[in-house]
This record gives sequence, structure tokens and C-alpha cells, in this order.
Amino acid sequence: MSPAMQIDDLSFGYPGQPGLFSHFNLEVGAGLRFGLFGPNGAGKTTLMNLMTGLLATDTGKIRLFGQEMQRHNRSVHSLFGFVPQELSFYQELSPVENLDFFGAWSGMAGPAIRRRTGELLDILGLADVRDKKVQHFSGGMKRRVNLAIGVIHRPPLLFLDEPTVGVDVQTRHAIIGYLRQLNEDGTTLIYTSHQLGEAEDLCDKVALIDQGRIVVHDDLGVLLSDHRQEGLEGLFLELTGKNYRNL
Amino acid sequence: MFKLRATILKDVRVLRRDKLGMIFMFVMPMLLVLIVTSMQSSTFELVSKNKVPLLICNEDTGAASRQFIRTIDTLGLFAVQEIPAGQGEAVIRDRLHNKEAMLAVLLPANFSAQVAARTKRLAGKALNSFGLGDSLNGDGGKTGAAGRDGGPAPGGDVPVQGGDVPVQGGDVPLTLFYHPVLQESFRRSAEGAIYSALQLVESKQLLKTLYFSINEKELPDTLENELLTNRTAISEVAVSRDGSRGAPNVTQHNVPAWTIFAMFFVVVSLGSGIVREKLNGSSIRLKTLPTNYFVAILSKQITYLGVTMLQALLIFAIGVWVFPVVGLPRLNLPGDWAGLVFVSLLCGCCAVSYAICVGIFAETEEQANGFGALSIVILAAIGGLMVPDFIMTGAFRTAMKFSPLHWCLDAYYGLFLEGGKLKDVWSNVLSLILIIAGLQGIALWGLRRKNLI
Repeated sequence: MSPAMQIDDLSFGYPGQPGLFSHFNLEVGAGLRFGLFGPNGAGKTTLMNLMTGLLATDTGKIRLFGQEMQRHNRSVHSLFGFVPQELSFYQELSPVENLDFFGAWSGMAGPAIRRRTGELLDILGLADVRDKKVQHFSGGMKRRVNLAIGVIHRPPLLFLDEPTVGVDVQTRHAIIGYLRQLNEDGTTLIYTSHQLGEAEDLCDKVALIDQGRIVVHDDLGVLLSDHRQEGLEGLFLELTGKNYRNL
Repeated sequence: MFKLRATILKDVRVLRRDKLGMIFMFVMPMLLVLIVTSMQSSTFELVSKNKVPLLICNEDTGAASRQFIRTIDTLGLFAVQEIPAGQGEAVIRDRLHNKEAMLAVLLPANFSAQVAARTKRLAGKALNSFGLGDSLNGDGGKTGAAGRDGGPAPGGDVPVQGGDVPVQGGDVPLTLFYHPVLQESFRRSAEGAIYSALQLVESKQLLKTLYFSINEKELPDTLENELLTNRTAISEVAVSRDGSRGAPNVTQHNVPAWTIFAMFFVVVSLGSGIVREKLNGSSIRLKTLPTNYFVAILSKQITYLGVTMLQALLIFAIGVWVFPVVGLPRLNLPGDWAGLVFVSLLCGCCAVSYAICVGIFAETEEQANGFGALSIVILAAIGGLMVPDFIMTGAFRTAMKFSPLHWCLDAYYGLFLEGGKLKDVWSNVLSLILIIAGLQGIALWGLRRKNLI
């Protein structure tokens, strides 16, 4: 079986930062809850943008379930969902109207969108406000709408960039619980966050990257054991140092 | 197709909730067309129906000055208010500053004498050229008494070959005072009317002098009136393509112009909408979905083309049904309905294409709103929406051709004012198609350059 995501010999750089990634390789098996961590400027967001096709690679290949990610190959885009850190939807629309639109753009038909919308709003506790404008919602409710849009088409692979930033404990708990449920139903998660405690709860495999290269990549339990650390934060500081990163 | 339909539905929902955008696109243009047409109509009525106050200070006691005032009065253009002689320039200045009138005329003390001298000189030259030079010379003494109307009689107290003899008091011009706020065009019109009154007075005097010199008796009143008032009539014909002889009015000029302005003002809503979508991260998510972003742009074009058609429909409806109720001339729609719809669609396409370009290249909503609105005002000004294109010269005439609004207006005027059909405005249609293609090309380039498609 093809891995959910595979990066082969990737090179990429920005005009002001050439060679950010050089001959970079990474593989995430299907069904995993994979955490990608690193200090500011390590290249996490760039890597996320490359994996979701928002940025084009200079050289190398990225494959999702064996299909190569190419700028003009739209079919590969139906294989994954993306929950960006920014609230990426229309605040002047209701949750139902947003899901109607993004469902259609995800390639779903009308009846399927309606069924899935009802299901998601129930699961994420938004059924009571289904027809209200999102701009009047709390931060936690907006995060749930952001998540619902990312998973409306039941993607086999879900990219999550700081999905719980700025939410209260209850909402974080509910979101992590739902992500675990999705994973149990077969969705591979590729997750990045600065909430390391949350990451310990969610991820079964992690990679720590710094300055465009992988520092460690293994099962979370194995890494903690090998480095004699009790938590991800200690491991993070041991491997990336305690200095500020002004990048 | 389902994706496009869903996107159009989303755009319509977003648009319906953009209250400021709706005001800019619908309420403002409708008010604008109503206000501007009313103002222009009032200005026209001020000149054509109402009389413009004119102060006249007559320092002269002769007949010519009284006749001049009577003539000015009968022109129907001015409401004459006389200032008692002797109060002069200071009073005129005060009253103009108080805005009691915008114009004033000061007739010098020797006005009648100057008119008499000038006409006598001309009469002398005319008679000399007829070979009757002695007639005037010989009668100089006989007619020395006051004329029939109390003024200097023909060939009276002015020497016959008066060109060489100065008039008492010298050659003092009639002075026209005007308030500085008076527009030059209006001042020129008033000046023309005053000149024509002056010419009428001088012609009358000349005629009398010549008649008296030749016939040795006064010009009969009946003949005088006939000679001076029996003019060739002027028939005004608006050269329309459909043969109709109706004179275009302020409504026919204003409604098409401000409809185009309204259409292009969608830039405020559409341009900022695209920028908002880019900035709030929606476009990032859209780029990760299995649908080309081009669908989003196509949807906006269709939605806003609908908006421009609705604007045209509403503004035309106001011209047809609301204008007559508020006392403005009714809008006469062109006979070629298909032509009107096609030209309106092209104008709408052009406006939407421009707004899409602004939205794609602007980095912030402020840029889109500021540049968008300002550029439309400038393009409208150089495109002939605010100043008629026929009075533009040199560089402005060249610049006008770069304004999409000019080609839209020209096409509309071909239908609304000239009574033309679609085939009569084909050159404008072709230009508009080329402009739309150009703007769409720029938009496509921008989308690629900004990695949006």
C-alpha cells in the first residue's frame, strides 16, 4: 500500500532564502496521526504549503497515496483536506452556506453536501447556529467551522496547521476528540502545532525539523524513551536548543 | 456546472450582505442621476425660462440708451433692474457683492452721442460709396434739431463726416460687470445677448440716418419695425439616424452617462471583495481544493454582470417613470431594443473586467477602494461623462480614447441621442470588445503572476 504522503529528494527555497530544503525526504504511512514540529522558521509552514500544493517544488516529488502533487493536477487535491491556521471561510455567511460552497468546490454533489453538513454540524456542536452568520461566532466556534470545511468531503488525508490555536480547553478537547475519531475511521492526519501537550495526546509518530532538515523522526514513545524525556517539550528543547529564533 | 452555480450562489449571498457595496452600486448612482439631471435642468431653465437679474446704471440721457434698455428687456433673457443715474460703479459693485445680481451694465454719459456718431460715420461712408455723399452733408444743418424720439436726430448735432471729430466726453466703452462666480460660458452668453441688443440699437439708428439722408423725412414706424424685426426664422433640427426630430434633452444626455458611471462603480464592491477573499485566507483554501480558481473569477463576472444589468434597468426605469413625476423630461428609450441590451451587456462586461483587474492587483481593500473609485472618476472625466468630448482638445482628446467609459458612452449616445441601431455603433462595439479582451488578458496574467490559478 502507498504511503499517505511521500516526499522524495525535495529542494525548495525562497528568493531571499535559497536552499531552505535540500534533498529533503519524508514519508507518512496511511492511517497515522503524524506530528510535524520545529521552532519558528524551521520550515513547517513552507513544508505544509508544499504538501498541499500551495507552493511548487523546485526539484523533487511529493506524492499523496502514490499520486504526484502537481500544480495543474486537480484530481490529487480531492485526496486531502486542509485546515489552515487562518480562518479560511466567508465570515458573512452561515456555517451551512459555507459548507454548501466548499462542499461543491471539494467535488461533492448537492444531496451529499446536505447530508454531510447536517452530520458535521451535529458532531461539532454547531447545529443550533447553522443559519447564523459566522462573523458573530466565538473564536472556538469559528475554529470548528474551519475544521468542518476541511473534512466535509471525508478526505483520506487531512493536513492540520495549528487547528486549536486560540480556543478554550473545552473546544480543544472536542476538536482533538473528533480528530481521533476521524483517524479511527481511516483518515491519516498530518498535524503541526506549538501546543506540544496537545500533540502528545494526538500524535503517534512525530518528526522534528529545524533549518529545513529532519532532526528526528520516529514513534513518539520511542523518541521519548531514547532521549529519556518525559514529554515532547523536553525532547524539543534538547534537540533544538533554548536560544531564541529570530526568523 | 454545479460548482459554478454554487459559487454564483455564494457570491450573491456575500453581495446581499455587503450593505455599503449595495449603497455604492444602487442607491448612490440613482441619486446621482436624479440630482445631476435636476441641477442641469434647473440651470437650463434659469437661462431659458427664468430671467437672469441684470443691473443697468444709465448715466446717459439720450434716446439710444433708453432704446438699448428696452431692447435688453425685450430679449427675454434678463430681468432688468435700473439703478438711478449718478450712483455709478460703487453701487453696482456693492449690489453684485450682495449677489442681488450676477451681471451689471454701466452705460456711459455720452452713450447716445457715441451711437449717433458711429452710425453717422457709417452712414456717411455708405452714402459715399453709393455716390450720394452730398445728401448727408447738405442736410446737416436742417436736421440739427432734436429727433422725433428726443434723441439726436439723424445727421443732427454730430458733424456729417463725424469720423474725424471726437464725441464730447471721448470714446467711453459700455462696461459689463460680473460676479466672479459666474461661469465663463454663461458670461459669454450674456455678453453675446448684450452685443446683439447693442447692434439692434445701432442698426436702427443707422437705418434712420440713411433713410432721412435719402428721403429727407423720418423713417415710418411701420417700415422701421418691419425692417428690424422681420428676420429669417431658424429651424432647429437634431440630426437623428431614425429621422425623429425630437430635440435631445438633459435626461437623454445624463441617464446613459450616469448609468455607465454606476456600472463602473462596481469596482468598489467587486474589487474589494476579491482582495478580501485573498486576505482572509479563503483563496488559500480554494487553491487546495480540486477546483480551478478561475471558476471563482468566472462566477464573480457573471454575478456582477447581473448587477450592472440591474443597475441599468433601475436607472432607465427612473428615467422613464420617475423623472416625469419630478418635473424632468422623460427618458426616451432607443427603438433598437436588441441593440440597447447588447450595448448594455458590453458596458457591463467592460466595467466588471476593469473591477476584476483592480481586485487582482490591489494588495489591500483600501487600495482597491481608493484606486478603484478615484480611477473611475478620472476615467469618467476624460471619457466625456462630465465634460462633453467635443470641447476637449489636444492631449485630452487622445487621452479620451484610452478611457473605456468613453467608448461605452459613445455607443449609448449612438442609440439614445442619435436614434441609431446596433449597426450604427459597430465601431464602438468593436472597440469595447477589444477593451474587454485586453482587460481580461491583464486579469489572467495577474492571476498567473500572483499564483492564483
